[in-house]
Amino acid sequence: MPERVVAEVSLYYYLVVGITLGLYSLLSLSLNIITGYAGQPTLGHAAFFGIGAYTSALLTTRAGLNFWLALPLSFLTAALVGWVVGLASLRVKEDFLAITTMGINFVVVSFFLYSPYFGGALGLGNIPAPALFGFNFDKTAYFGLVAVVTITVVLFSRFLEKTWMGLAFRALRDDEEAALANGIKVQAFKLWAFVLGTGLAGLAGSLYAHHITFISAGDFGFPLSITVLAMAVFGGLGTVEGALAGALILGLAPEVFRFLADYRMLVYGGLLVVMMLFKPSGLLGRTELKINLFRRLPARRRG
Amino acid sequence: MILQQLVNGLIIGSVYALIALGLTMIYGVLRILHVAHAGIYALGAYAGLVAYGLSQSFLLALLAAMVVAGAAGFGIQRYIYRPLFGTSPLVPLIASIGLFIFMEDLYRLVFGPNIIPLNAVWPSFALEWRGVKVTETQLVILLVTGLLLAFVWFFTEKTRLGLAWKAVAQDLEIAQAMGVNANLAVASNVVLGSVLAAAAGLLVAANYNEVYPTMGSVPAYKMLAIVVLGGLGNPVGTVLAGLLIGLVETLVVAYLGYKLPRDAIAFLALILVLMLKPQGLFARKGGG
Repeated sequence: MPERVVAEVSLYYYLVVGITLGLYSLLSLSLNIITGYAGQPTLGHAAFFGIGAYTSALLTTRAGLNFWLALPLSFLTAALVGWVVGLASLRVKEDFLAITTMGINFVVVSFFLYSPYFGGALGLGNIPAPALFGFNFDKTAYFGLVAVVTITVVLFSRFLEKTWMGLAFRALRDDEEAALANGIKVQAFKLWAFVLGTGLAGLAGSLYAHHITFISAGDFGFPLSITVLAMAVFGGLGTVEGALAGALILGLAPEVFRFLADYRMLVYGGLLVVMMLFKPSGLLGRTELKINLFRRLPARRRG
Repeated sequence: MILQQLVNGLIIGSVYALIALGLTMIYGVLRILHVAHAGIYALGAYAGLVAYGLSQSFLLALLAAMVVAGAAGFGIQRYIYRPLFGTSPLVPLIASIGLFIFMEDLYRLVFGPNIIPLNAVWPSFALEWRGVKVTETQLVILLVTGLLLAFVWFFTEKTRLGLAWKAVAQDLEIAQAMGVNANLAVASNVVLGSVLAAAAGLLVAANYNEVYPTMGSVPAYKMLAIVVLGGLGNPVGTVLAGLLIGLVETLVVAYLGYKLPRDAIAFLALILVLMLKPQGLFARKGGG
């Protein structure tokens, strides 16, 4: 191969890795709002990523909308579903909530897989790349777009931490009953956490759909939810730096471990176990959060 | 026809009950969503496969599967779960999922990615009554499952160790203060739970005549749904929920076809039930 082609191929590779890392960061940051700030475990985040991706894909390929309208609409659709799911989830807590969100992930995926309107097992293809004033986004520009969105969400998370809502999230995470006793509308703030977190996951889904141009139900399965949760926990729940570090490290792991070839997943699984054993609060997690973040369930069957 | 479906459903359901019972026992004392339980299930199938190949005896294969899985269960609780006591529940959950990924990949590396047939041979004693057929494998499943469930019931209700499990499940620290050997209780509980999963793995392998590295993937998550449906940590509820899901799945697939994906049924049922009864279908009174 001529040198120029090699250089272009490698640049393309780095851009794709960069976009992937950006998307992982968005997912990890959005999960951090629900699980890190508000303390509600969720094992179904990929479902909302998928809802955003499908919304955007359908709006642009079937309804002829352009990307710039489809992007916010994906946010809204995912947030709306997140609101409904959140409303239902108010009835269950802790481990029950975790399993319920896991169930939602399975149900959403099979919904996409089994309804012909969503392309069924074949998925949806020909999703256009965005264009602006006649300029078609190539991978370089797209990387820029993902970077801008990611930075915006980082700044938003930082801002959220300092708002009244951010404080309320922290209160209900640390002690729901005490928060309630202090007049914080626990239910309303839980819903807000779901709406914001799932909406941002939907936004990431839209960005994913227009990057990959072809989506199918399998892309949004439970393993992705686990990957994202592992990122946030690995980096340190409840912090912006943690969510980012987890997304970057675990997102890069498959690339870095490429030399391990056949042993990649073995090492990845082992790494998760070892990390949890030696630093349960995550890489950048604040240790004082460790105790309060999720207290172990009190004996449920006492009395 | 419906009778045949009921029989098939109950037999699948009894296997579900077996796996889920182990999971719910472990949740009861450790409060950990033990996803790697499905790794133990596949381990049982592989250990049984090897032992059956060597001995050509299903009974020996079953024993080997249980011993290997029991040892693995002991190691997991001793070196992974026990050090994680007192951390947020998400930490052991991630560790458990990591362990599950690790185990699945280990089986793939050791035994290869392909389906290996178990080729268990039975003396023929299939039953047939008015067109309802119960195969030899199904009878073996019923027999083994029945025996194990009875054994667990006996162990929990009639032995001191069973009493210790209940005490630890209610409050670990107070149980310890009362002189219960909590380490022994936790270890024996996880070992017995793992033994059940291994037996289920080998039975399923015999039923479908296949062993493969990712055979635990679907059970891993379906079992969590069943356990929650049964009221998390409630053994009787879990067995009932397992039987129920086995029945519903079989009937839905038989009469509605594959319009509703089989593996989503458990979760659909779960979500519906939790909306009505947030503590599960068979929650005990006074819980909360």
